[in-house]
Amino acid sequence: MPSSLHEKVLSGERLTREDALALFEGDDFFSLGRLASFVAGMKHGANAYFIVNRHLNPTNICVNRCRFCAFSRSKGEEGAFELTIDEMLTKLSEASQGPHPVREVHIVGGLHPDWPFDLYLHMLEAIKRAYPTVALKAFTAVEIDYLSRISGLAIGDTLQALKERGLDLMPGGGAEIFAPAVREKLCPEKISGQRWLDIMETAHGLGIKTNATMLYGHIESVEDRVDHLMMLRELQDRTAGFQAFIPLAYHPKNTEIGGFYSSGIDDLTTMAVSRLVLDNVDHIKAYWIMLGEKVSQVALLFGADDLDGTIIEEKITRSAGALAGERMTRDEMIHLIGRAGKTPVERDAFYNPVESSKE
Amino acid sequence: MERLDKKTALGLLKGADLLGLGAMADAMRKQLHPEGVVTFVVDRNINYTNVCVNRCSFCAFYREPGSPEAYVLGKDELFSKIDETLSLGGTQILLQGGLHPDLGLDYYTDLLRTIKERYRINVHGFSPPEIWNLAERHNLTVRETLCTLREAGLDSIPGGGAEILSDRVRKVISPKKIRSVAWLRVMEEAHRIGMRTTATMMFGSVETPKDIVEHLAVIRELQDRTGGFTAFIPWSFQSGNTELGRESGVGSHESSEKSRFSQEAGDGKEQSARTTRRAHLSSGFRAATAVDYLRVLTVSRLFLDNIANIQASWVTQGLKLAQVALRFGANDFGSTMIEENVVRAAGVSYRVSMDDIINAIRAAGFRPAQRDTYYTILKEF
Repeated sequence: MPSSLHEKVLSGERLTREDALALFEGDDFFSLGRLASFVAGMKHGANAYFIVNRHLNPTNICVNRCRFCAFSRSKGEEGAFELTIDEMLTKLSEASQGPHPVREVHIVGGLHPDWPFDLYLHMLEAIKRAYPTVALKAFTAVEIDYLSRISGLAIGDTLQALKERGLDLMPGGGAEIFAPAVREKLCPEKISGQRWLDIMETAHGLGIKTNATMLYGHIESVEDRVDHLMMLRELQDRTAGFQAFIPLAYHPKNTEIGGFYSSGIDDLTTMAVSRLVLDNVDHIKAYWIMLGEKVSQVALLFGADDLDGTIIEEKITRSAGALAGERMTRDEMIHLIGRAGKTPVERDAFYNPVESSKE
Repeated sequence: MERLDKKTALGLLKGADLLGLGAMADAMRKQLHPEGVVTFVVDRNINYTNVCVNRCSFCAFYREPGSPEAYVLGKDELFSKIDETLSLGGTQILLQGGLHPDLGLDYYTDLLRTIKERYRINVHGFSPPEIWNLAERHNLTVRETLCTLREAGLDSIPGGGAEILSDRVRKVISPKKIRSVAWLRVMEEAHRIGMRTTATMMFGSVETPKDIVEHLAVIRELQDRTGGFTAFIPWSFQSGNTELGRESGVGSHESSEKSRFSQEAGDGKEQSARTTRRAHLSSGFRAATAVDYLRVLTVSRLFLDNIANIQASWVTQGLKLAQVALRFGANDFGSTMIEENVVRAAGVSYRVSMDDIINAIRAAGFRPAQRDTYYTILKEF
């Protein structure tokens, strides 16, 4: 690694596109990890965060058929499902009890061809009424675009309506890779990268915090990754609405694209470069359901400061050959973080420490 | 590079910055294997029997004699497994089993002769507990037993059954298994008669960092005298379906309906071991994490300066962490494991093909190569 890059990071100077490419293409694995760790340490000290949360997939029926997705089904296809609001509430009831209740419900589903916009509003309302203290993290930009189309409302009005019924923040999914040529092969039916960014900008403008993601390890180039990070950084400069960035490792099983899993080395490298490039994003998340518990834990030494949550039930990654289990207990998360030499901090959806976490 | 002493190793194991350790282990790996090749062997684990009188608390594979799930592999089945191995480009079978009270030396020599009459394949077989057990039951010396087996066709010996070479630990997790000195003795005799062996270490049970260092030290000391170890293979205890896992409550695949472990069974030795385990586990035992694994791996690479090869254990760590392990001191991916039963019985099953292995090595930035038992490269990919 050129010493100039080293000094740039240590002095807090922003990295350029060329710097980021050099980091990806270099072989200085340990220096890269150390630098990313240094930056994470400046932002969070020894803290590493986790949340007691739960996923909820209302349906897997989707009008988009992305080539990398093994979760979606067409209506009437074998394995297609759609939950009623009552079924959703039942799923949440177990997780909201006990000494460590869920702080966040993460709702992500397919683009259902028949569900009216009202159903989504009712869903949020019903969950919020039943669990007023639980944050609702729901609907990727792709779903928001779809909801705006079926409701006939502008993006801003769609988001405002959802926010009024209980939407607290948005997940960062659907970003995939912004590069149009790759996107065309990967998910031709999905909204463009620019549209994704526009929707996020609108959400941020309404005071809705979101995450951001990048799906890597399929058919994209290193340049595509760097450009993706640059576009996120540019938007973040204007809105400061991204809470966390989550690099998502591609899973090849049962998808049309096929191919291989990204390597553990690539996962850690991507984590570290993301930490270094996205100097204006507070948190870099090692999403254990995508990376596996093991690589996620090691990622805490490569710039990540968050392991996401207990999750409890996860279907999307699982469909594509998840390397991790479906849930992790709070104790396991505390143990993994502690063994990595970090201080486990239980957080809420907005990264406020939860009182009970210091035990 | 100066040789690490035990005290320094202990310090590294207990507290050194993992990335710093990784960088050192990576540099040493590069020095020993500058060509950037990561090797693997195509072989199959054949477990000739699951009957075992040792009843180790960390094992989910064994069955008691007379259990409805007990088996001894028939020859036809053995042959078809070897045929399949050869057709997949295999060069070795790893032949291991429990300590079956009714199988005598004749069974073993007959088994080996039958295999060697029909096949040209390396038989990597019988870990020290099996060999020690045979010697004891037939009133032979270890050397006589080994010579008999070698004459019948045994080529090399796997390093299993080492667990942690500290009798304090062995008394707790495997009170009936041979002691540390016996394990070392079998390996030394094997090396003396020109057989090559591997060495393993199963950590993450009830040992302390000091026990791990002691284990590395006795292996290094023996290697100084014999040079017979081809590789060192550290891997972490997998708790599913094991007595140790059940006692600690860490097993994620516990099958309580399978009452294989009757609570109060066993002799005085086993009962006292059980008491000690419970005392230890109640103080908050948990399985080794990825960071623990990488730490042990790096210290192993740095400490064992006289063993050329360190294996990454994808079977216990998964392919992704095994790839990471290649930058933390490991230079070998072990076996393609056409069949593996023992770890799978403990609830861990990472099934991969040879293509997956080749691709995993390449994606981690190395040149994949198939090797034989003796680390001679057969084919590059």
